[in-house]
Amino acid sequence: MANSNVVLHVADVHKRFGGLHALADIDLQVEEGQTHAIIGPNGAGKSTLLNVIIGKLAPTSGQVVFDGAILTGRKPYQINQLGIARVFQTPEIFADLSVLHNVMIPAFAKRDGTFTLNMLRSLDSETGIRQEAEHMLEDVGMLNRKDMQAASLSRGDKRRMELAMCLIQHPRLLLLDEPTAGMSRHDTNTTIELLKKIKSRGMTKVIIEHDMHVVFSLADKISVLAQGRIIADGTPDEVRGNPKVQEAYLGGTH
Amino acid sequence: MPTTFMSRNDLLLFLGFTIVVLAMPIWLAPFGAGYPDLLQRFMIYGIFAVGFNILFGLTGYLSFGHAAFFGVGSYTAVWSFKLLTLDAIPAMVFAVIVSALFALVIGFLCLRRSGIYFSILTLAFAQMSYNLAYSVLTPITNGETGLQLTLNDPRVLDAAIGQTFVGQPVPTLFGQQLSGYAGFYFCAGFLILAFFFAQRITGSPFGMMLKSIKSNQTRMQFTGFNTRPYALSAFVISGMYAGLAGALLAVTDPLAGAERMQWTASGEVVLMTILGGVGTLVGPVIGAWIIKYFENILSALNDNILARFWSFLPDGMADFMVTVTSKFVGDGWHLTLGLLFVIIVIFLPGGIMEGVRRIAAAVRRSGTPAAKTQTQPAE
Amino acid sequence: MFEVIFLQFLNGLDKGAAYALIALGLTLVFGTLGVVNFAHGALFMLGAFCAVTVRMFLTMETVTIDPTKLSPWGSPLEVREPLVQAWLGDFGAVLVNYSVPFSILITIPIMLLVGIALERGIIKHFYKRPHAEQILVTFGLAIVAQEVIKSIFGPNPIPQPMPTDLRGAADIGAFLGMQANVITYPLWRLIYFVFSAVVIAGVFAFLQFTTFGMVVRAGMADRETVGLLGINIDRRFTVMFGLAAVVAGMAGVMYTPLLPPNYHLGMDFLVLSFVVVVVGGMGSLPGAVAAGFLLGILQSFASMTQVKAIVPGIDQIIIYLVAVVILLVRPRGLLGRRGVMES
Repeated sequence: MANSNVVLHVADVHKRFGGLHALADIDLQVEEGQTHAIIGPNGAGKSTLLNVIIGKLAPTSGQVVFDGAILTGRKPYQINQLGIARVFQTPEIFADLSVLHNVMIPAFAKRDGTFTLNMLRSLDSETGIRQEAEHMLEDVGMLNRKDMQAASLSRGDKRRMELAMCLIQHPRLLLLDEPTAGMSRHDTNTTIELLKKIKSRGMTKVIIEHDMHVVFSLADKISVLAQGRIIADGTPDEVRGNPKVQEAYLGGTH
Repeated sequence: MPTTFMSRNDLLLFLGFTIVVLAMPIWLAPFGAGYPDLLQRFMIYGIFAVGFNILFGLTGYLSFGHAAFFGVGSYTAVWSFKLLTLDAIPAMVFAVIVSALFALVIGFLCLRRSGIYFSILTLAFAQMSYNLAYSVLTPITNGETGLQLTLNDPRVLDAAIGQTFVGQPVPTLFGQQLSGYAGFYFCAGFLILAFFFAQRITGSPFGMMLKSIKSNQTRMQFTGFNTRPYALSAFVISGMYAGLAGALLAVTDPLAGAERMQWTASGEVVLMTILGGVGTLVGPVIGAWIIKYFENILSALNDNILARFWSFLPDGMADFMVTVTSKFVGDGWHLTLGLLFVIIVIFLPGGIMEGVRRIAAAVRRSGTPAAKTQTQPAE
Repeated sequence: MFEVIFLQFLNGLDKGAAYALIALGLTLVFGTLGVVNFAHGALFMLGAFCAVTVRMFLTMETVTIDPTKLSPWGSPLEVREPLVQAWLGDFGAVLVNYSVPFSILITIPIMLLVGIALERGIIKHFYKRPHAEQILVTFGLAIVAQEVIKSIFGPNPIPQPMPTDLRGAADIGAFLGMQANVITYPLWRLIYFVFSAVVIAGVFAFLQFTTFGMVVRAGMADRETVGLLGINIDRRFTVMFGLAAVVAGMAGVMYTPLLPPNYHLGMDFLVLSFVVVVVGGMGSLPGAVAAGFLLGILQSFASMTQVKAIVPGIDQIIIYLVAVVILLVRPRGLLGRRGVMES
């Protein structure tokens, strides 16, 4: 709280699973408008950390504060309504619905809140939200696939659609869990371009990533996680030169 | 106006459905089903299935306890006939309100769990209601005998306006008796209304939310929706449909028994929905019609009719066929139902509607190559 | 007062044992195959009807008419000759008398076959399909099974006599050093309890001490990994389904003297056994057994007249009530793991 620009503060978080100390003493500050990457070897606790932030897991101790609001103990949908959206490692989408509907649904959440009994309105009369969704799909280059069933999309397209689902809510904080995992080099580069494009909109992002190429082309700041602890923190250049980081990666689980 | 209120396709579907329903006495006559008694049941179970589909088809929550709401609707309607008036409208209103309240309580509790736990909870609640209806609640339900109308019922509203009845009391609508075709059109009106609302719900943003709960509940939550009130609304709405159907059954046949609440009755509505096509609008109605039609036909068959049917075979063979087929008709009709259930789930989980789609697709596909083969000889 | 409570406790044991046995099979199938088997109650019922069938065969008679003698009514005397006794003599008589326990020998292979056929024929194809469809197909199978039984054996319960030597009651009170003839307990119920305890112990020992059991337990925990080790898990799971069917069938056979079986016996017990599984914790074998006995005993207490006087109808709903409370307060059940079958 020293810095007034800090929008997300993970304060002194611990998470234990039985005897396993998955997260220890995590203190992380993410500044407004920045892209903050969390890297680390497999099993370092990156996904656990993200799950704690998003409210999927409760920390054993400590808390997560977003823009003055304590996230710890809130339900996932409440956290989303505060302006936090998340892209999952394996795409979480509405596989049976069309691409367009997939993107429209989050827009309804943004406009109508957690629950509305709008059962007698016709979906066809929601032209505003439809147009918004179409714009969003155009942004991610998927407008021509809007009527396809989401399940039939390629893995890369599912990712991009999920990103569109998050972006349409204009979140203040976007959490990305390995957004390019399993993508081809080409898809990875398109995704990087896309993420750079949103960056110019001033959205704060937390990215968990394996691919150093992605990390160094996007991140303003990097935190390195190893064995549940943050072992280094700083700008990409600082982190690159840090001997501890090299040790963690080279002497790590690989 | 139709573009914002209802799309062209929806409007056509609705009009088509209305015409098909209203003309049922005509087009079902050649099938031996054009008599009011059966037609009323077509309407009633159609409503039940349409409502069940709003829960199961849209949200994916499989309830094994919807017969409880059906039963509650019946009991409430009969009590309204007994205590207030023989007019059907108040009975329907009360039945829908009471079943909605009942569904609200049970749904609130059951929806705290999902998946298989939800199914078991609903089953437990329904069995609990059934057991209670048979035992301690006998003053309300009249136990095994079932609740029925008697001449000395108070009927305070009827009494207040000095209306009296001679003979066995029957439900009425503004003084008109609701037997025969009048009863059918009364029920048909409600089915059309029920279908209309189901159509609106399916085509609304709310309906889309229900579908996305079925598709990916986790994503719904991380997208900012509280899924529970959505599922609960769907549960209550489908409970109201069940109550409405139960009340209509009481209107056409004012005798409410606890067996209407048994799990077999809940299983039947599940089967109707599956058979027709889960998640489709007309599927569940068609499923309900088919099951009620075959129940009517098959359960009426007996050995004599079978013997006549197989009489073209040599004697020994005919006897054998009579013995075999008799297991599947009459009282054995439930065996046919069970087999049908298994076969549908294994081979056609999308039900009849899925079958129709597949056939249509096959016809279209075979249509194109056929055109090609015709052109080939010309070369 | 103590005697009354103790007696009710005992009265709950046999029903609890039946619940525990059915719930055990349900849990085995669920834990290994991940399948929610609504047809499991039907297997219990089929077992019971194996006993009925065996007895029908054992008591087959030839009827010959002896024209030289007259019956007291003046018609020619019908001489009934039980076939089994004619062939096997005294041993045949013993066999007829002990038809219920004897049926177990025949029930085991039959139920094993039924179970394996069911798994290979139908259930196998549903492993990857949604739980709703698993419920539906097994529900359909349950209807088919009960309707087939109904069309063969008719709708009425068919009483099965217990062996004459085992008809009495055991004076448990005296056995425990209390006053004689205060706490007496029908012998067959005691046998049922002991029998189920042996079966349950057998299943646990089987899973605990055999290689087969170890692989199955590992498969329950993590199917994919075990599959990667090159072990043919599927075949073992088929056997597990067969085993669950055998347990249910045996439970059904031994229960026939306590409750004459009819075609809907299976469904009656299934609904309750599901509740038992849920209370015990989905996927927990000890949970299923513990909850089975617990609910059986609770039901027995709820049917005491003193209790019913306070809460009328409680005996009808106690089990469901407990299930509802457990599911709402402790969703994973008494001994269940977290997050099993949540979606």
